[in-house]
Amino acid sequence: MKDSTARVRPRLGTLAGVLTIDQATHDEIVAHARRDHPDEACGIVAGPAGSDRPERFVAMTNAERSPTFYRFDAAEQLRVWREMDDRDEEPVVIYHSHTATEAYPSRTDISFAGEPGAHYVLVSTRDADRPEFRSFRIVDGVVTEEEVEIVERYLLGHTPSATVYD
Amino acid sequence: MAIEIRIPTILRSYTGGAKSVEASGDTLSALMDDLDAQHPGIKARLVTETGALHRFVNVYVNDEDVRFTGSLDTALSDGDSVTILPAVAGG
Repeated sequence: MKDSTARVRPRLGTLAGVLTIDQATHDEIVAHARRDHPDEACGIVAGPAGSDRPERFVAMTNAERSPTFYRFDAAEQLRVWREMDDRDEEPVVIYHSHTATEAYPSRTDISFAGEPGAHYVLVSTRDADRPEFRSFRIVDGVVTEEEVEIVERYLLGHTPSATVYD
Repeated sequence: MAIEIRIPTILRSYTGGAKSVEASGDTLSALMDDLDAQHPGIKARLVTETGALHRFVNVYVNDEDVRFTGSLDTALSDGDSVTILPAVAGG
């Protein structure tokens, strides 16, 4: 499988912030998006509260089953949110796919973004051979793109300077 | 009568940061009014002007989605637990 666009590093200094994510989790997100195409896929990656580490991939059911809209199933969302609470986790990444448009938050995405601490990952499956993978912060209606840094695995006390590539 | 309400992150600005508050009411509608009396402004984020629950807010009473229990008419008992989660959605 060809690398997603996450391997393409944007010009230094053009984006604020970074999403650090391990290769396996990145691949799971892309695989889910491709599997559900042409419907939008959605899910989260939970991580220890305050750690900013996306560790536990949780694919969610798109209750809308639509190529242009997604919505977490309400009962499933309660279970997953309750589970995160029990494990002292938070949704570090909230991802969904766009199946015919670019991997950029739509106006709907922005208006519904209710987790200001999360990295909003967009995957576009409009090109079957080259999925796009981008990450954003959405806070108070403002979208800020951030760099995506793919690591082999998380190191203890991981910082961007300790990034390990395969 | 005391009913515990779990408050999602984006609504904690109304509750002074509290993730759980208490309120009372025989129905979810009455509970919303009491909640708003204690934390002004929060009800408008949950209930529309026409008196219905916002479509993209999930409310659960004892883990049951109130869409299946009568929405704002859902009856409440002392000790019930209510959870509010904004829908995660987009396009």
